[in-house]
Amino acid sequence: MMADVIAWLLVIVIAAYACAGGTDYGAGFWDLTAGGAERGKRPRWLIDHAMAPVWEVNNVWLIFVLIIMWTGFPVMFQAVFEALWLPLALAAVGQVLRGAGFALRKPTRRIAQRRVYGAVFAISSLLTPFFLGSVLGGVASGRVAVGTEASADAWANPTSLMAGLLAVAATAFLGAVFLCSDARRFGADDLVGYFRLRAWTAFAALVVLALVALPVTRDDARYVWDGLTSGLGLLMALLAGVCGLAAVLLLARRMYGWSRCSAVATVALAVLAWGFAQRPYLLPTTLTVSEAAGAAHSLRWLGIVTLIAVVLVGPALVLVYRLDTMGRLEPLTDTDTSAAGLPGDDQ
Amino acid sequence: MLSIAVHLANTPPQLLPAREQMAFTLAMHILLVPFGVALPFITVLMHYRALRRDDPVALLLARRWSAVMAVQFAIGIITGTVLSLEFGLLWPGMMGRWGDVFGLGFGVEAWAFFLEAILIAVYLYGWRRLKPWTHWWLAVPLPFTAAMGAFGIIAANSWMNTPQGFTLDAQGNPENVDVRQAIFTPMFGPQYWHFIVAMFMTAGYVVAGVYAVGWLRGRHDRYHKLGFTVPFTVAAILTPVQFFLGDNAARAVFHKQPVKFAAMEIVWKTDRHVPEYIFGRLHGNGTISGGIKIPQLDSILAGFKPSTQVTGLTAVPASDRPTPTEATIVHWAFDIMATIGSVLILLALWYAWIWWRHRDLPLNRWFFSCAALAGAACLITVECGWITTEVGRQPWIVYNNMRVSEAVTTTHAGGIWTMLGIVVVLYVTVFSAFLAVVLKMRTRWRIADEGAAARGAHGPETDIPYGPRREPVPGEAGAATGGGSGTPSGGAR
Repeated sequence: MMADVIAWLLVIVIAAYACAGGTDYGAGFWDLTAGGAERGKRPRWLIDHAMAPVWEVNNVWLIFVLIIMWTGFPVMFQAVFEALWLPLALAAVGQVLRGAGFALRKPTRRIAQRRVYGAVFAISSLLTPFFLGSVLGGVASGRVAVGTEASADAWANPTSLMAGLLAVAATAFLGAVFLCSDARRFGADDLVGYFRLRAWTAFAALVVLALVALPVTRDDARYVWDGLTSGLGLLMALLAGVCGLAAVLLLARRMYGWSRCSAVATVALAVLAWGFAQRPYLLPTTLTVSEAAGAAHSLRWLGIVTLIAVVLVGPALVLVYRLDTMGRLEPLTDTDTSAAGLPGDDQ
Repeated sequence: MLSIAVHLANTPPQLLPAREQMAFTLAMHILLVPFGVALPFITVLMHYRALRRDDPVALLLARRWSAVMAVQFAIGIITGTVLSLEFGLLWPGMMGRWGDVFGLGFGVEAWAFFLEAILIAVYLYGWRRLKPWTHWWLAVPLPFTAAMGAFGIIAANSWMNTPQGFTLDAQGNPENVDVRQAIFTPMFGPQYWHFIVAMFMTAGYVVAGVYAVGWLRGRHDRYHKLGFTVPFTVAAILTPVQFFLGDNAARAVFHKQPVKFAAMEIVWKTDRHVPEYIFGRLHGNGTISGGIKIPQLDSILAGFKPSTQVTGLTAVPASDRPTPTEATIVHWAFDIMATIGSVLILLALWYAWIWWRHRDLPLNRWFFSCAALAGAACLITVECGWITTEVGRQPWIVYNNMRVSEAVTTTHAGGIWTMLGIVVVLYVTVFSAFLAVVLKMRTRWRIADEGAAARGAHGPETDIPYGPRREPVPGEAGAATGGGSGTPSGGAR
């Protein structure tokens, strides 16, 4: 019973990471495609300003995913990290590059250096979600079991590839939708249309990929495929589709706040659909939730700690997102810290 | 020697690179931890002074510190995330068997850290648009969230040192887990307070050190005085406290992890009237070369009387204790930490004496030279403390319950060596870039201050050399403060 609660908690936290972290990765994706220094200057400026106050918060969700995995289901944690060593190691490297690139670009004033940091940030924004997606695909396809040795097959297979690409497309979609309303918030009206077009493109890519994935993964990830095409899994998947369409239509009607909500719902419901489809397995079709569950006492305490945390963190999270969307959060400028320009500065 | 050879033959080839990678990434991350834990507190303190006394210099300092914090916190987050991933990438065996026993500490840490990340975002980005006191109050919980985060991490680490809160079934797997016991292990209290105080001290001395250097370079203005005094006072008050806590922690190790204590003090045979060696090197046959030997002292330090029995390394089989080389490393780390700690006490006393006599900072180059070094010395003690606790536990990852070699991943050694290479290059690049960015910020601020001072000197209202600065004028680009930093006078240079 408690194990099921914790398993759903894990799914919810993964969904939260997919939405929050996803938006963040998506912003990085559009940074990558923004073009040369001159052409991409304004979109990059917007991405910088929109992401900066919340990117750390967005990425902390990953740590929760790991902690719930190893405290709640230690056997599963061990199996996943042994079998999928390489993509997870690459995701770790990607995390470092991405965070460092973003954090160091902000206070840098020279174009040449900014370009290097920006490129590092943008490329790893593409690679990290791909590898994390492929890990999810590897698990969903049933290639990971307790004791599986690390192998290329565990993550270089059709399901992993599709999951990785879907993850990238989903982050791009989320990122573009969020940047639309950010553009309006920062008064950059020309960028609203710019990102709206990109949100539509990303959604189209998402739909195409989902349609391609259906036949490709049918035999490759049979258990999850069946779960997604029947029962509650199908319902969630359909709802995700409806929300995605709604987000696109809301963008067309210029209702950016609502399109944000439905874009988040799209991704969250897609993750939930995967959760329903995989029931009762953590590692289809070899390890169930109850088999993998850690000590009952620990699970109960994990539940209690989570409850307390929701009470404490929830209001703070609402506060930061609210302050952010109200435009109350602004970076310190050179004037605030009274910094001088240096010879060689470009901006 | 034979036993060591047998021991090495039993270790899987991926153990060495896995261990090196963990050591390297942790050693780098731990350099940022003091600032993640304690810089918010010092900044909030300075910010309070600014608001309370309407002090523009304090306000400028608080703002600049939070600009540094913004970059530092980000780098700390990514190096911390890497560590969480490494638990799975390098030590899946430990997490697979013990994750549900000791993982909850990490759970507490993650939530606390999440709260800290949220509040720090509000603080760092709230300077411009929030009301001053609202902004300040939103930062007040920051030190508490940091302390809570450290609680979780130290709970997990002290559990590895003195594991409890479970029983073993017939296959050697843990059952009957009791979370409360697993979190509040015997080593938890001593380790926690020692760690927290170390973090505040280190952050204090490092930040003060920056302004001590400025002072030595002749910038004798109120800006440098304030930037030095606030963090230095915090650190100086904590230094004697830390001496007591460190001593307490060492004695807790003596009682709870006698073999680690034997390594820290290179005690070979269990005995009474054990001498204390200051430095020195332990050999495979139990002899010690070099170092200063003080008769009886080790027994006295451990139990307050010369007849105290101290467990030696040979009390357990060679395969269950640190090798002589490891013991020597632990011993040196411990001695360096204790030595620096003692010297810092003298520095704190010097400061107290000056303050008591003059109610002011001295124009004493020696004092500021020592103060400038205190920060770097503190960072060294942080590394040493961590080496003492981690290397001293070898060959165990979970003391007396799981060896490091049993916990290591099954991944091919070549893969881990490759990743280690990438990580080293990456970290060195990222840390150098981080340092370069911070130094560049400092240069910009210094030039702005000097420019303002020069302008002030020719303007109609010439600033008094050590007088207060003007409030930065919003909208005035670049240099915005006035003060006497550009033209040092007196015999300071």
